[in-house]
Amino acid sequence: MRSTRSSRWPLTVAGWAVALAMFFPIAWMFLTSFKTEITAVASPPAVFFHPTLENYRAVLARADYLEFAKNSVVVSLGSTLLALVLAIPAAYSMAFFPTWRTRDILLWMLSTKMLPVVGVLVPIYLLWRDLGLLDTVFGLILIDSISVLPIVVWMLFTYFRDVPAVILEASRMDGATQVDELLHVLLPLCTPGIAATALLSIILCWNEAFWSLNLTTVKAATLTAFTASFSSPEGLFWAKLSAASTLSIAPILIFGWLSQRQMVRGLSFGAVK
Amino acid sequence: MSGTAAIRPTRHLHTKSLLAPSVALLFVWMVVPLAMTLWFSAERYNLLSPGKSAFAGWENYRDLLSHWPLWVAMGNTLFLVGLVLIVTLLLGTLFSLLLDQDFPGRNICRLLVIAPFFVMPTVSALIWKNMLMNPVFGLFAWITRSLGFGPIEFFSHTPLLSIVLIVGWEWTPFAVLILLPALQSLNPEQVDAARLDGAGPIALFRHIQLPHLLRPMAVVAMIEMIFFLSLFAEIYVTTGGGPGLASTNLAYLIFRDALLGWDVGRASAGGVIAIVLANIVALFLMRVVGRDLEGLG
Repeated sequence: MRSTRSSRWPLTVAGWAVALAMFFPIAWMFLTSFKTEITAVASPPAVFFHPTLENYRAVLARADYLEFAKNSVVVSLGSTLLALVLAIPAAYSMAFFPTWRTRDILLWMLSTKMLPVVGVLVPIYLLWRDLGLLDTVFGLILIDSISVLPIVVWMLFTYFRDVPAVILEASRMDGATQVDELLHVLLPLCTPGIAATALLSIILCWNEAFWSLNLTTVKAATLTAFTASFSSPEGLFWAKLSAASTLSIAPILIFGWLSQRQMVRGLSFGAVK
Repeated sequence: MSGTAAIRPTRHLHTKSLLAPSVALLFVWMVVPLAMTLWFSAERYNLLSPGKSAFAGWENYRDLLSHWPLWVAMGNTLFLVGLVLIVTLLLGTLFSLLLDQDFPGRNICRLLVIAPFFVMPTVSALIWKNMLMNPVFGLFAWITRSLGFGPIEFFSHTPLLSIVLIVGWEWTPFAVLILLPALQSLNPEQVDAARLDGAGPIALFRHIQLPHLLRPMAVVAMIEMIFFLSLFAEIYVTTGGGPGLASTNLAYLIFRDALLGWDVGRASAGGVIAIVLANIVALFLMRVVGRDLEGLG
């Protein structure tokens, strides 16, 4: 911090070494996605090579890739929207009209996350089968929104709690109803917080693997399930795997980088702001 | 005027109806599958022989508890949870302390370090399994060969440690994501005062930074535990629980019983055991996070 320039270089080297080491697998995947399948398995590993877009072309040409991508987009946006619609009124009510039970309700919501998903795999699978929700986009949206709901409520609650009640009271003096108050006063005030919450929810749903692997097969399968299909490969596939992976993670990585500072609240259930 | 208590109590009727949908949905989500799991776990119920379900009492539990796969899976689960937890907390703290320093490019470094957390688990596992850890064409094999050693057979010789490596890489960024802002929220005057009093970096960490980090560390540990107890995708795409049962955890064992063996009764009994294990952990988390809400309502 207040160290002189000369004593700073070991820190600089250490910091960059750690950063590059952690990022290396992603960088290597990115690099491999531009190799041919033969160069991808070359030994010694090729660092300089003639780049090709062939893998991206091959992945995008697969009719099903776009289906998986579409499912990922629909599921993560749909689950996030559903979770927000449910969570905004709940967080509003708990932040501005707390009762003696509010604390217990918040903790109880958090406790639903303690239920290990494997513990309810069997009943959910059977229920989804009997309700005709297996391998449907709606079925996945439903389960993903339930699983992010506690985090979304918590995160919104901590943002709403920071809004001084005086502001809402002032609008009420002007004759605003509760719905007006929520839609026209609170939501505009908390847009950055709601956006951060939505981004975190999108990221969690996009990367969700347990339910997409177990509840979908073809029609509603997302990119997590699609990439998992590379685990039983035929022939050389590393370059194509890399291209498919790069396409699958790029949007979320960018979202994550943009919202990393804000999402800490949600990820720590409000413990770190 | 400030504070929330000033609002008229007549509005509570409305506010309850705002809260109701979320609470109802989570309540159903919690109670229905749980009741079903408990019910199935006491039944002889296999989807391959439909119509033959019958009450079995403790049979599924006795069956599970008296055979070694469950104990192996429990051991593997605890090993995975414990070791990854230690690795991510240690590295997470270390990296956070490093990134808290002022050096050129630290913000870029921060972005690079947290990146793995945003990669979907199936992709992380496949990249590591193939391009890095493959014993013939993988990068690590090339490095060890160049150094004159043989390649490491990651998934056949040390399957659990290989999974620890992958999951540790995915979740160390999570620890950094939480611990770095916590570290930066430390009052700089306090740090400066300690420096003026002659505290070196180790004393500074031990007496100022570490106490400040303990609560966020507990939060990280608890949240990670929730996820690690149900660790699935990484095992599913790398080892498939093998070789033998070497990397089968509780989650994978239940998956195998349920969706590969169609034995609903046994899988449910396994589910109940997983829930009991998680609840022991949860009790602890509630204490830690609950403290944050004291003085509310």
